[in-house]
Amino acid sequence: MATDTTAPAVTPHADEPIIRLRHPWRWVAIVVIGVYLAEVLWFFATSDAMRWDLVRGYLFEESIMRGLWMTVKLTVTAMVVGIALGTVLAVMRLSDNPVLRGLAGGYVWLFRGTPIVVQLLFWFFLGSVMPEVTFGIPFGPEFEFGQTSEVITPFLAAILGLGLNEGAYMAEIVRAGIGAVDHGQTESAQALGMSPFTTYRRVVLPQAARVIVPPTANESISMLKLTSLVLVIGLADLTTTAQLIYGRNFQQIPLLIVASFWYLVLTTILTIGQGWLERRLGRSDRYRSRPPRRLMLSGANR
Amino acid sequence: MVEAVGVRKTYGDNEVLQGIDLTVGRGEVVSMLGPSGSGKSTFLRCINHLERLDGGEISVDGHLVGYRRAHGKKYELRPKDIAAARRGVGMVFQRFNLFPHRTALENVMEAPVFVKGLGKEEARTRASALLDRVGLADQAHQYPVTLSGGQQQRVAIARALAMEPALMLFDEPTSALDPELVGEVLDVMKGLATDGMTMIVVTHEIGFAREVCDRVVFMDDGLVVEQGPPADVFDRPQHTRTQTFLSKVL
Repeated sequence: MATDTTAPAVTPHADEPIIRLRHPWRWVAIVVIGVYLAEVLWFFATSDAMRWDLVRGYLFEESIMRGLWMTVKLTVTAMVVGIALGTVLAVMRLSDNPVLRGLAGGYVWLFRGTPIVVQLLFWFFLGSVMPEVTFGIPFGPEFEFGQTSEVITPFLAAILGLGLNEGAYMAEIVRAGIGAVDHGQTESAQALGMSPFTTYRRVVLPQAARVIVPPTANESISMLKLTSLVLVIGLADLTTTAQLIYGRNFQQIPLLIVASFWYLVLTTILTIGQGWLERRLGRSDRYRSRPPRRLMLSGANR
Repeated sequence: MVEAVGVRKTYGDNEVLQGIDLTVGRGEVVSMLGPSGSGKSTFLRCINHLERLDGGEISVDGHLVGYRRAHGKKYELRPKDIAAARRGVGMVFQRFNLFPHRTALENVMEAPVFVKGLGKEEARTRASALLDRVGLADQAHQYPVTLSGGQQQRVAIARALAMEPALMLFDEPTSALDPELVGEVLDVMKGLATDGMTMIVVTHEIGFAREVCDRVVFMDDGLVVEQGPPADVFDRPQHTRTQTFLSKVL
């Protein structure tokens, strides 16, 4: 550095252009992978055994559509229940109140610790041990809601099973998100006179959301496929419907492709939603413009 | 305005405040000095009950902080009531603690809207005026990450002022700033002092304390060692501990 000021480097080389590192092997890799991929695709696309006509025929078939709708309904409802419950449980777990802490801890322990199929069956068969749904206040009146078998329909049993289970997992995700928010945020909110509720609603949870979104998207995508477990209580979701059909016509692969196609469509929608949410929640630091990610193949970067 | 009597605070075996007595009058500007670990920040945080007291009591504007007196005992208040009591006391932190997900203007509007229930439009007008007062009218729609430390701290001051506090607490407001940014924050604080705000400032800025403060309180080891007008404390310190400290920082 010192030489810069005392003796400017007057060399004929100073004007030489700078060449970035080149990556010729990336081109080679693309070609090799491309060839193999094309071969595999060609095999499946042209194979008569694949019965693409069946795939096309079943893609929008009525029972498949009904199964798809059931999958969407179950996923959305169970996730809404799970996220709401998880948020409440997380705040309870972080509370100063040992009763709330203990309740939330016990809940997570129980619902994370038993198989989800068992929980689905439990709600479904609840009527066999508890014929009527009642709610009693100790030493007070008792309210009756009716026959268990009528109140808890298979769909409600599915929502209870999936949603209450998801709540336990979401509780841990939300708790981690809250933990990621600097404690100084809570302090300055308190110093402004915010009640604990307002502090959570306006300051802590909006910031925790950024940390919570990616694992929650994971949970939603996983829930999409988990809903196929409702088969055990007699509901027909997308996978179950596909299985029912190939049970009759023995065209397993075409129908599995139909089901996979729709799962990929739903997952794509969820992924796009996740990206949108992440950008929206990240708008407060958009100034940190990351360089656009480009496939660096040639040396001419920029 | 502030009356502290025998304030004690313990962390485990460590008694960080060993009986602090301090009275601050309305409109008075008091700075608290002392080596790190002397308990000055802890005491400041006790004034709006960010820390629980283990003994003694503090009252602000005649109201006991964090407790309710009845039958010769002090009963701890519910979080909601403590929150209500804090509205009259503004606090500025060393690390600013702006809400990163809100713009400068939204930071200032937040408490008036969601604590006081002020209408959005009125809050916006007032917040703009406050940002103007701290010289940041042109940065109103910036998110905190895009602001310099000095600008962030001035937004934090505006945010605290938005609740129209009768008392402002400053916890080392310039310690996290680059040296060239300290001046702009101190200027805002000087303006507040001139306008008659009651202020308690924990600081290492001897120049500010000397020029702006009515009184300097020197703390060491959880006790008030010495206090008085800046000229007395800085130029004729009575205690050896004050002398030792000043010889290091002056």
